[in-house]
Amino acid sequence: MTTPMVEALGVRKSYGANHVLKGVDLSVARGEVTVLIGPSGSGKSTLLRCINHLEKHDAGQLRVDGELVGYQLRNGKLYERSERELCTDRAQIGMVFQRFNLFPHLTAIENITIGPVKVLRANEEATRTKARELLARVGLVDKDDHYPSQLSGGQQQRVAIARALAMDPKLMLFDEPTSALDPELVGEVLEVMKDLARSGMTMVVVTHEMGFAREVATSAYFLDQGVIEESGDPRDILVHPKTERLQNFLSKVL
Amino acid sequence: MASGVALVLVAMLVHTLFSKIPSGATTCHLINGVKVCHAVFVWRFGWNIVFSYVFNTFVLQGVQMTLFVTAMSMLIGFSLGLVLAVMRMSTNRLMSGIAWLYTWFFRGTPVYVQLLIWFNIAVLYQNFTLGVPFSHAWIFYQINSNSLFTVVRAAIFAFGLNEAAYFSEIARGGLLAIDEGQLEAAKSLGMTRGQALRYIIVPQAMRVIIPPSGNEVISMLKTTAIAVAIGLPDIMYQTENIAATTYQVVPMLITACLWYITITTVLSIGQFYVERHYAKGALRQLPPTPIARLRQDLSRAWQAPRRARVSR
Repeated sequence: MTTPMVEALGVRKSYGANHVLKGVDLSVARGEVTVLIGPSGSGKSTLLRCINHLEKHDAGQLRVDGELVGYQLRNGKLYERSERELCTDRAQIGMVFQRFNLFPHLTAIENITIGPVKVLRANEEATRTKARELLARVGLVDKDDHYPSQLSGGQQQRVAIARALAMDPKLMLFDEPTSALDPELVGEVLEVMKDLARSGMTMVVVTHEMGFAREVATSAYFLDQGVIEESGDPRDILVHPKTERLQNFLSKVL
Repeated sequence: MASGVALVLVAMLVHTLFSKIPSGATTCHLINGVKVCHAVFVWRFGWNIVFSYVFNTFVLQGVQMTLFVTAMSMLIGFSLGLVLAVMRMSTNRLMSGIAWLYTWFFRGTPVYVQLLIWFNIAVLYQNFTLGVPFSHAWIFYQINSNSLFTVVRAAIFAFGLNEAAYFSEIARGGLLAIDEGQLEAAKSLGMTRGQALRYIIVPQAMRVIIPPSGNEVISMLKTTAIAVAIGLPDIMYQTENIAATTYQVVPMLITACLWYITITTVLSIGQFYVERHYAKGALRQLPPTPIARLRQDLSRAWQAPRRARVSR
């Protein structure tokens, strides 16, 4: 049996008295597409951000590719990983944000090349060639020299996906990638994500797009108030929800 | 009405700037054997004297010194200020505390006093040594205070350290203006905090930082004039020196003003282009340069009558 790409055991996180995650278990196998759904404030974004240690979890075990996230076990004791080690870990995990977070002072192609060139010390010319291929892959030919402000929301999000892919990640995290988009632009981003899923990329997606969840995802987790209420095959639980909470949630979303 | 008043006031100003007044002396000529005398008139502002000294060798040396001290002070101010801003924003309490204390002290005392303290530092410390702290046994390097803090270096130190305190607040404002999502995106690419600052945060913050920094450079240029108190041979010192020997006090003050305002103008033009550089990506279209705008206006003026002729 191979180790899962992401594994969470009793993960907890709180901001002061506000308990956002109250012991979450989750497992994502390699090549799997997992969606996290749930009402806002349920902790799904926090869980996602714990996976690449943008947020530090307070308790529980979180492993990516078999390795503990943010900590290291040495002689039976847990040690916090240094900033440099955390960076090395993060460089292997791609992340796509709700508000794109493209670098506005860089062109589309510079947005994509800056990670590999500055972090991985990759060859600049080779990276540019690869970046052009990635732009073509997300359907953006001839947009190399456009600044983010000159692109539509959907185009910006596709550049953001290409930026994450340029690092050759073993895992991609999506934090509500279509929530900030105009309805007519949602499709083009989902199309790129579907293509990515078909290519075998391991993905964890926080989303409200139930159609995408049913069509592409291999597993779904429903979070509510910091706990996982229901999980399973999205074609099953999203169609025949067992818990009342998921039934309520779906009736509001669909 | 209001513009009428304004126009008269401007006319009065121009007139007084370029008016001549009787010098008190008279000059006489013989015209056809008849002695004709009349009063001698001179420029009220002594323009002829001003222009005879504007390119005087000593004045030019002063200009060079003012530019050098301004540039070096700003270099120290900008680099140390940026470090202080980053320290101040650090989650490490010791770091942010030190940065706070620094700003508190250097903003809280007059720069004139700081200038005099650096100049007189030899009274407090005869030597500066590099060695193991709290030990007198291991000393790697030692230098006499008076040879370390020459007039020029004392001025650069005083102005630079003072500027760092002010610039750190400007830089901090710029860094705070950047959306947190930018740091998160940089981190998610595996960048360290230093890399994120260098490649992502600071270049964007520059857009916010530059306009007030332009102010600081211009302000520094003029503040260096107080270094005359420690005998820094800058524009002020040289023009005052000439005034002391020629008694042309006001024309020499005007000479100094002319140089300060000329350099300020050049700096402002430079600021425009630097701002334009860092506006990349923030604006969909960069504003035209003044030269491009002039060309545009001219071509429009050139085409307007032709177009009118065609339509007729």
